Amino acid sequence: MEPLIHIDGVSKVFGAQPAIDSLSVVFEAGRLNGLVGPDGAGKTTLIRLLAGLLKPSAGRLRVAGFDPVAEPAGLRDVVAYMPQRFGLYEDLTVMENLVLYADIRGVVGTERRQTFERLLSFTDLARFSERLAGRLSGGMKQKLGLACALVKVPKVLLLDEPSVGVDPISRRELWRMAADLVGQGIGVIWSTAYLDEAERCDHVLLLNQGKSLFSGPPGDLTAEISGRSFLVRGLGSERRQVLQRALKHPSVIDGIVQGANLRLVLAEGAPPPTPAELGAPPTASLDPTPPRFEDAFVARLGKRQTGDSPYAAREALGTAGEVTVEAKGLTKRFGSFTAASEISFAIKGGEIFGLLGPNGAGKSTTFKMLCGLLKPSGGIARVSGFDLMSAASQARGRIGYMAQKFSLYGDLSVRQNLDFFAGIYGLAKGGVPVIAKMVEAFGLGPYIEVNAGALPLGFKQRLALACATMHDPAVLFLDEPTSGVDPLTRREFWGHINALVGRGVTVVVTTHFMDEAEYCDRIGLVYQGRLIAEGSPDRLKARSRTGACPDPTLEDAFIGLVESVERNGRGHDAT
Amino acid sequence: MTPRDRLRRLTALVRKETLQIGRDPSSLLIAVVLPLLLLFLFGYGVSFDLRRSPICLVVEQQSAAASELTASFLASRFFSVQGAVTTRDCQEDLVAGRVNAVVVIPSDFANRLYARDPAPMQILVDGSDPNTAGLMANYISGTWQTWQAIEADSRGRGVAPRLGVTARYRYNPEKESRNFLLPGLVAVIMTLIGTMLTALVVSREWERGTMEAMMATPLSVFELLLGKLIPYYLLGMAALGVTTTIAVWLFDVPFRGSVLVLVAVSTVFLLTTLGQGLLISTLAKNQFVATQAALFSAFLPGFLLSGLVYEIPSMPWPIRLFTYVVPARYFVPSMQTMFLAGDVPGVLVPNSLALLVIATVLFAVVAKKTPKRLDG
Repeated sequence: MEPLIHIDGVSKVFGAQPAIDSLSVVFEAGRLNGLVGPDGAGKTTLIRLLAGLLKPSAGRLRVAGFDPVAEPAGLRDVVAYMPQRFGLYEDLTVMENLVLYADIRGVVGTERRQTFERLLSFTDLARFSERLAGRLSGGMKQKLGLACALVKVPKVLLLDEPSVGVDPISRRELWRMAADLVGQGIGVIWSTAYLDEAERCDHVLLLNQGKSLFSGPPGDLTAEISGRSFLVRGLGSERRQVLQRALKHPSVIDGIVQGANLRLVLAEGAPPPTPAELGAPPTASLDPTPPRFEDAFVARLGKRQTGDSPYAAREALGTAGEVTVEAKGLTKRFGSFTAASEISFAIKGGEIFGLLGPNGAGKSTTFKMLCGLLKPSGGIARVSGFDLMSAASQARGRIGYMAQKFSLYGDLSVRQNLDFFAGIYGLAKGGVPVIAKMVEAFGLGPYIEVNAGALPLGFKQRLALACATMHDPAVLFLDEPTSGVDPLTRREFWGHINALVGRGVTVVVTTHFMDEAEYCDRIGLVYQGRLIAEGSPDRLKARSRTGACPDPTLEDAFIGLVESVERNGRGHDAT
Repeated sequence: MTPRDRLRRLTALVRKETLQIGRDPSSLLIAVVLPLLLLFLFGYGVSFDLRRSPICLVVEQQSAAASELTASFLASRFFSVQGAVTTRDCQEDLVAGRVNAVVVIPSDFANRLYARDPAPMQILVDGSDPNTAGLMANYISGTWQTWQAIEADSRGRGVAPRLGVTARYRYNPEKESRNFLLPGLVAVIMTLIGTMLTALVVSREWERGTMEAMMATPLSVFELLLGKLIPYYLLGMAALGVTTTIAVWLFDVPFRGSVLVLVAVSTVFLLTTLGQGLLISTLAKNQFVATQAALFSAFLPGFLLSGLVYEIPSMPWPIRLFTYVVPARYFVPSMQTMFLAGDVPGVLVPNSLALLVIATVLFAVVAKKTPKRLDG
């Protein structure tokens, strides 16, 4: 029998750059097929090729028995596609969007009524059917996009990064829906940069630079490195320093911070290092742990990270132990809606504090009040003792800010961007040596005249960090700094952050990425405008440990905590 | 795929577009607010006629003739008169532009008049704006001649000129500039809707990724384009209706043509603007570039090179040549003819044919250039 999707030697070249490079792979029906890889790996291009939106430069492609280019009409009847930006009309309501897609796909009469009923209950959007799509939260938009793609039951469902910018709760729901569809015999292609999602797919195509690194059940890839993943426990407060030493150890090919512990992956056949070799305290122990897909992915790429950072060489700030960022009863009201209510916490120098929460919970509002972008309706936000409202300029001089996504000037060269930021931080005269140091430290030299928009992703990230830290801030604010970034770039980025923190810089970070949250010393979980939990990642995990779930991940903890508030809230309503 | 399916899809697209127009502030701004603003600006504000122009009347002699002449200047609706005793008094006002002209009735006015001096009085006109200066000179000498005739008549010395020239302005006897401005303005308003708004909404679909989603459905490119054309055609025609009604009812612009011909000629013009809008949006896939392109390739030429504001025959020849590809150049005179003269085939037929040619070329290019996939 012909497989559902047959990709045979397909290439797609833009300009001189191949986005897909002679790829051959087969996807079967009734399976959840993960399309995994870092940004720029060619995921979107491949999905567009499958949807007949792009014409392959070479090779043969068959989707559900059709040639996507020669037989677009037949193909589009059986293929549903949800693009990265959902394809929703934001100024139409939920129902109007559904009706539009139903009309286009010729779903009418009783069939339409039943379909809508099923989709609205499936996505839990029935309550919002009259709401404009633009007013929905990220997670709900995603579900509506899915519903619109499903008005006619397809043979193939193509989902391009459906979980980007979606909180863990919505992500899990979306995942459940996809699994449900697979159960009905639909072939689902789910593209993602989240490697933890890849682990749950039936079949994974691991793409890197347009080529297949691996194709098969995810377990096969992780099995390759079984026995090589270890957790270093009992490190006390020294885990970041130990990580730096561990990454220089010849046996270690990968290492990340995971809550209070370190996760290490060893080279093939290498003996595990002793805690003493890593310079860890005597209380430390090295225990084997089941490998994860990400461990295997990094091992496959075979590139070593060094953990070195130019920031490590700078002198300490001497702020360790001092409170550098303080929120006291922070409240923000938009009209009658309270986005943030009575939020209080204190962050010490040399600490990484993570703000987590579902979409629309008030996490961004809190974050923006902390870095002075939004005026609180009540309460105080202080940075290094300065009130962000009354002493804004002093406070801002101590802040470095790295915005979500890439917010440098894409049409300016690397040098021009650096010059510009040196100028706005008032480094006009002293800026030249600082810029030279940044260029050298981050290896930006070869790219100095390249426009920032044309940089490889990893270098964009480095440039953004260089611009945000040029004036040597005491506090660094990071807004979803590595969303959509590949694991290697993410590791490099956190290497720099760890070095900054080592000098006493305070870091405040918002993220949907549980891996990123694991790097934090403490996490504040925001839900419905309130701080519902605060503590180290391990403490939060411990709080949601149950008989059914003895070793919860941070994501489990996150969902558990939000759901318990939800239950308590409803309990109140009932009484 | 049955025709019924096609019809349902098309209806769905048109309904979607209509809902969006109603909910999107920028669409409402371009389709409703801007046209009304232009209409009232041109209807009330902008006028190429002189009405109550400030002049200074220097009366150096207190004779019966002098005061009669003064009275007829005061009575004229063309002037707003301020009096003075010596020329020096109002010299400064003339220099500062506070008055457009100075009329001097000299101390020997009566003597010169009876001595049949051909120039018994002096007129000083501010010539910085030649257009105004010419009009001022004409109006003043007109007033002077009228007074002279009446004066001669009243003395019974009916030295009626043997040959009299009487100017009669046909089609626009009141010489109201808004009578030809407002019909021409319809061209600008239709360009706003047909080109600017269409280019904007199509490029928005590219920008927001909805175009990509639509292309992955069974819709054909042809249906997608038609789904844009129909609502914006209807919107353009609605604008025509509203503009014409306001021009005729509120501003008393005559309408001497027939509604049927008006709709037919406007349809051909609207097609050229829609074609241009679609063409822009297939080339520029972001809203900013699309708006700029529409502004410079359609809106400004429609205003400046259509004969609405500046006379085409008095333009330098390279620009005159360029006006032949500006659709509004054929539509503005057609509209002015239909409003002021009526259905004159000699004007309407060649202009409409020219528009039809432009529309055909534009749509041929659009059909060829519109991508059927993301990579063309």
